[in-house]
Amino acid sequence: MAAKILFCNCSYAQVVPKETKTAVLKKLCASGVAFETVADLCEMSARNDPALERLSQGAPLKIAACFPRAVKWLFSAAHAPLPLDGAEVCNMRVEKAEDVIKALFDPELRPNLPSGKSLAPAAEEAAAEMPQNNGAPSIS
Amino acid sequence: MSVKTETALRLVLYEGEGALPLSEESRFAALQSLLENGYSISCTSQRGAVAPADRTALLVMGQFQDAFPVEAEGANGGVPIRFQDITGLSPEQLIAAVEEVRAGLNAAKHGEWKPWFPVIDYDRCTNCMQCLSFCLFGVYGVDFEQRIQVQNNDNCKTNCPACSRVCPEAAIMFPKYKAGPINGDAVSEADLRREKMKIDISALLGGDVYQVLRDRSAKAKSRFSKERDSDKALNERQKCLTKLVEMGDIPPEVLMSLPSPEEIQRRAQEAAARVQAITSKY
Repeated sequence: MAAKILFCNCSYAQVVPKETKTAVLKKLCASGVAFETVADLCEMSARNDPALERLSQGAPLKIAACFPRAVKWLFSAAHAPLPLDGAEVCNMRVEKAEDVIKALFDPELRPNLPSGKSLAPAAEEAAAEMPQNNGAPSIS
Repeated sequence: MSVKTETALRLVLYEGEGALPLSEESRFAALQSLLENGYSISCTSQRGAVAPADRTALLVMGQFQDAFPVEAEGANGGVPIRFQDITGLSPEQLIAAVEEVRAGLNAAKHGEWKPWFPVIDYDRCTNCMQCLSFCLFGVYGVDFEQRIQVQNNDNCKTNCPACSRVCPEAAIMFPKYKAGPINGDAVSEADLRREKMKIDISALLGGDVYQVLRDRSAKAKSRFSKERDSDKALNERQKCLTKLVEMGDIPPEVLMSLPSPEEIQRRAQEAAARVQAITSKY
C-alpha cells in the first residue's frame, strides 16, 4: 500500500527554514500525487483536531514536519497515536529539502518514530558534550 | 471558548473529474497562502489518496467546469459540504472567499493563538508531578488513572519552557522551542547530565533562587527609597532577571511571579485532592 504524504507548514513559528518548507511544498505541488497539508501540527494537536485521527489511521504515512519524537507525541496528545511501524517523519528543521523530498517520494517506508526511553547515538552525544556544571545553578 | 471545543473547517483542493487542473504555480500559490492563514488542505489527484473525511465541515474548492451544488451533505450524514469555484481567483480573493465560509460556519479562526504548550513524552515521563506543582498557569492536570496530562494548552505562557527545565527526565517538549531536547530532538546522556537543564525543585523549595530574588528585590527597594532613583532600582532588578533568563531561557515576567515554596506545596496538595476526588468515582 502506498504511503500517504503529510506536509506540515509550521505556520506559527520560524523554526523550520522557510526555504526548506517552500522547496518541499513546490515539489509536492509539481508531483501530481495526492497529499495532505496542515498549517500547524501543534495547533491541531492542541485542538484535538479529528483530522489527526483520520491521518493516523489506514495507510502508512510519510510526514514532512519536525523531530520524530515531537510528532509522535503531538499525535498521541490528540488521541490519534501513530503506528510505530507505519510512520516515517522527515525532519525539515535539520534535513536538507532535497533529502526530505527524496524520502517522501521513496516507495519504501522507513519507520523512525522513537520507541521507549531511547537516547541519542553516542557519537552525537559526544559532539554535544558540554562543560559540566556540578551542583545547583548559581546566580549572583 | 477553549481551543479544544472549537470546530475546524477542512479544505479540499479538488482537481478531478468535472474540474480543470491548476497550474503548478497556481496550486503552490493557493496552498502557500491558505497554509500561512492557518488552513489545512487535502490535495486530491489521480495518483495517490488523501485521508478520508472526518466529522468536520468541508469546503471543496476547484475550477469547476459545470454547474455544482453550493452545499451538500456527506453520504454518512451530518457533515456539511460546501463548494467554491476558484477559477480566476487570486490568492487574496481565495482567502477572502474561504474566510467568508469559515465565518458562516462559526469555525475556528486561526492565528489568534500561538500554539505554544508542553507535549509530554510518556516514554520518558515518570509521573513525578513536578511540572504540575511548578506550573504557574494551571496547564497540567491528571487523568482518572492519576497520570499527568496537559489539560489547558491555551493557558500556557508563550515562549516559557520553565516546566521542561524542572522535568528531571527531559520528558517535556515544546516543539517550537529553538534547541534540543526541549524541541523534541533526541535526548542524550549529556542532556540528562547537564545540570543547567534541571532546576531541581527541591533546590527551589530550599529557597536558593527565591532568596536571591528577595535579596535583590530588597536591595533595589532600599536603594529606591534612599536614593529615589527608580532607574537604579530597575536596573538592579533587570540584571538579576537577565541572569535567570540566560540560565533557563524563561521569560522575565514568569520569573517575577514564580510561586513561593508554600504555593508549590499548596498546589501539590490541591492536585492530590483532585486525584483523590477523581479516583473515588471509579
